[in-house]
Amino acid sequence: MANGGRLNARQNVKALVVHALLIGAVIYALYPVLWVLTVAFSRDGLGTDGFVLPWPRHWTFANFAIATGASTGKSALFFRQLVNSLTVSASTALLSIAIAAPAAYALARMQFVGKRTGLSGLMLTQMFPTVASAVPLYFILSQLHLLDRRAGLVVAYSATALPFAIFQLKAAFEAIPVELEEAAMVDGATRFEAFVRVVLPVARPALAVTALFAFMSAWNEFVLAATLMSREEAFTLPVVLQRFVGEHSAAWGPFAAGSIVVSIPVMAIFYIAQKQLLSGLTAGSVKG
Amino acid sequence: MKAWLVSILLVVVAFGFVLGDCRSTAANRIVLWHAYRGAEEQALLELTARYEAQTGTTVEVLAVPFLAYASKLSSAIERDQGPDVFIDAHERLGSYRDDGLVVHADAAFPKDDNERYDAIATKVARDDEGVAWGVPFALKGVALILNTSLVEGAPDSIESLVKSRNDGAYPLAYEAESAYVHAPWLHAFGGSMLGPNDAYGFTGEPARKSVLFARSLVSSGLVPASADGALVKQLFESGKAAAIIGGPGLVSELPKGLPLRVMPLPRMHAAASAPEPFLTVELLFLAPRSVARPEVSAFARFLASDESARTRVRAQVVANAATWKGAEAIAPHLRAFHDAALASRPMSTRTAMRATWEPVEQAIRSAMRAPNIDTASLDAILVESARRFESSKPKTTSASKARGFTAVAVTLFAAALVAYRSSRPRFWSGLRASAGAYAYVMHAAIAVFVLVVLPLIAGAVTSFFSGPRNHMTYAGIGNYVDILTARGGPLLGYGSFYRTLLVTIVWTIANVTLHVTIGLALALLLSRPLLRLRGLYRTLLIVPWAVPSYVTALAYKGMFHQQFGAVNALLRKCGAEPVSWFSHFSTAFAANVATNVWLGFPFMMVVILGALTNVPKDVLEAADVDGATSWQRFRHVTLPLLLPQLAPAIVLGAVWTFNMFNVVFLVSGGEPDNQTDILVSEAYRWAFTRHAQYGYAAAYAVLIFGILWLTSRLSRRWQTEVA
Repeated sequence: MANGGRLNARQNVKALVVHALLIGAVIYALYPVLWVLTVAFSRDGLGTDGFVLPWPRHWTFANFAIATGASTGKSALFFRQLVNSLTVSASTALLSIAIAAPAAYALARMQFVGKRTGLSGLMLTQMFPTVASAVPLYFILSQLHLLDRRAGLVVAYSATALPFAIFQLKAAFEAIPVELEEAAMVDGATRFEAFVRVVLPVARPALAVTALFAFMSAWNEFVLAATLMSREEAFTLPVVLQRFVGEHSAAWGPFAAGSIVVSIPVMAIFYIAQKQLLSGLTAGSVKG
Repeated sequence: MKAWLVSILLVVVAFGFVLGDCRSTAANRIVLWHAYRGAEEQALLELTARYEAQTGTTVEVLAVPFLAYASKLSSAIERDQGPDVFIDAHERLGSYRDDGLVVHADAAFPKDDNERYDAIATKVARDDEGVAWGVPFALKGVALILNTSLVEGAPDSIESLVKSRNDGAYPLAYEAESAYVHAPWLHAFGGSMLGPNDAYGFTGEPARKSVLFARSLVSSGLVPASADGALVKQLFESGKAAAIIGGPGLVSELPKGLPLRVMPLPRMHAAASAPEPFLTVELLFLAPRSVARPEVSAFARFLASDESARTRVRAQVVANAATWKGAEAIAPHLRAFHDAALASRPMSTRTAMRATWEPVEQAIRSAMRAPNIDTASLDAILVESARRFESSKPKTTSASKARGFTAVAVTLFAAALVAYRSSRPRFWSGLRASAGAYAYVMHAAIAVFVLVVLPLIAGAVTSFFSGPRNHMTYAGIGNYVDILTARGGPLLGYGSFYRTLLVTIVWTIANVTLHVTIGLALALLLSRPLLRLRGLYRTLLIVPWAVPSYVTALAYKGMFHQQFGAVNALLRKCGAEPVSWFSHFSTAFAANVATNVWLGFPFMMVVILGALTNVPKDVLEAADVDGATSWQRFRHVTLPLLLPQLAPAIVLGAVWTFNMFNVVFLVSGGEPDNQTDILVSEAYRWAFTRHAQYGYAAAYAVLIFGILWLTSRLSRRWQTEVA
């Protein structure tokens, strides 16, 4: 009994330390965001006092009204742009997974001519800085008649997200025991069926992380979206946000407010999805 | 099972695309692009609506973010997809003419209209032969903005303003290290940034005097040091600065109800002439698409007309002379900005103008931050800045003999590679056997090749050319020779390739190490069984990834400000000396790393959390039963199972960090003295601030590519040798 009590106490101390570390990390993660929040909710921007712990002196929601177009009667347009962002990012996530997963599977499980070249080529694309490639990309998309269409953005983002997605999924597929598929194939499934019915469900956490990555890269991208889209109804939210930054001055209040609005859906999606996607799904299924 | 999540996703996608890409198909529509915000944008929209109602024409207005404006204009106009009319600053006319983005505007701005606009604007819109290249629209320049509750009356000189009061508020705050705001002092002492024949102007007596004048303002403690635009605005808003120097855009961002008054910059006792700020005239430019379309010129004329100016003057300093002579009520601050504009100096339209900012600001910064300065050290600073301007000029390479050689070499190499491959035994049978696998990889291969590889190749080809975008000349390997010989300077000297490479390597190692360590530590903590609030912690910890990095990077820049930053405030509370973060390489570098680590650890954490789910629990349990300590379990079970899964994220993370320019740009901006620049930010400078040398920037990109490729080859060889 006494022994059990000591064990409990030790457990409690351990839990306390873990929480202390995590709270420290949360403070580190949130502190700069507190600045953004303060600017967003302040009527008169960030003061110069209380710089260690910023806090609005005069609260206001006016910046949010400006950022969401409510103050200029453009909230319908803002909603449209929010839908654009969601559509483009979700489509990018789906499309890049749909293209990357089979390719990653082939790279993980099959032997074929050009595999090594393809893999290193894929890695090479990531090494080349994109300083000079926006203009040719514009040209190619205009040849494909994808300019000024959200589908064009989706295609461009997916292609950009592919190399990482393929590498990420290839590593995840390799971590799955081959026996699972072999068992399915012995039971009469084709290779493709085994891939879809057995491998993909097991690899769901990796698929989720990869999809999240593709989603995020599309969600925050601004240069391509601003360059390829030429109608305000086709803009995504980062483009709308960036409008608050001018050459010599910037409207930091609305910009900060808009940044918060932009980050809320991402966090909501992550919060909802994480329970199913990151909580040890494979503990039971990969026992091999 | 979790199909509902996927179905929500699908519904969103379907719904989004149902909204469709409706496009206006009106035959005679006029497309107008601008980068205005707020009231200026409202006025413009009001006018276009009025024009549509009057004439039945369709006008499509597009507001483009300033940061993407120039690149969007050039890519769209070159593909004949751009606007008919666009509003932009007159100083870009030089490069727009070079690139063929604008056409004559004589129909929209006939000679008879000359008197309609302020003389200074008319002069800017026409070239020496009297040809109009745009229609005068609005004037932008800086003036003195006073907080009338802190300053009474109008100061008669800068010196008396600065001496006027000293009770907690700065008498004057301005961006002391910005060349644009420093220019009035230079002009007052008789200098100019860019002399005749594109000669560098920040030299000699005027430059020396202007720098000493600015230094005296700051070193007296009456003007804050190293203030950027955001800080200047903050100080003014909170009553900590009685006067600031800024433009009409700044005033429109200030909170309403602040008691302020605007006046042209007062004279300086130190100089014989008055301080002349730079003037920007916003022009209506006509794109090549508008040629032979009189309705476009008519529209431009309407927007610039006196009639329209009555609407626009509510929001901007119009260039229409009659508006200011009229008896209408105009906001006093706009009237004052107009007065200031008439006494300003229009910026040069030469493309070389853009290349002066960097060396001038470098010189100002060095001189302002030096603890002591005498004539000799000041002259050394100015000589160095002139040398940098000269060395950033395009070199006239004469490698045209080698034209075609590169193309032939590349083709031969590719052919040899294919021949070598196909000559190997079992190549063709291997190919046939691979057909099944190709069905899986085909889509990915095509997508990556068309949308990723082709643009990169096109970019790489640019590296063999030099000169402006529209008429590049073949330079062979001239760009590479130039970069690899450090442009003739010392190999580890200022801005040399090798020195920047060293910084980049240290930068990459520091960041990746910290990303992985922090990400791994947090992921392990979060995956502990029986942890409460797990979901909340996980969500809060990805916040740095979720908030757009542009705004948080700038928050970090603010946190590291010497005088007002939170980091120094914290240091002071702990009794330590505040640090001037951006004055030393090590601290500026640390600030960049701190920002980038903060931005990047959530990604690594999420990747590791995902990978941890693939570590079978029964193996860990077995180890536990065998009496392994938690460290042993981690070291011998978790880590070996984790690392292969993390390899792609770590390798790609390293590659991305190597090429991560925006943190460097936004936080340290390369300070001090471009020492914290990494290779990519250097490449960007060549493309966008130094004489627009895309070829040079592309050569940097190819070299970066080469280095990373070589590193990966070597590390793979090393790995196989170890194994």
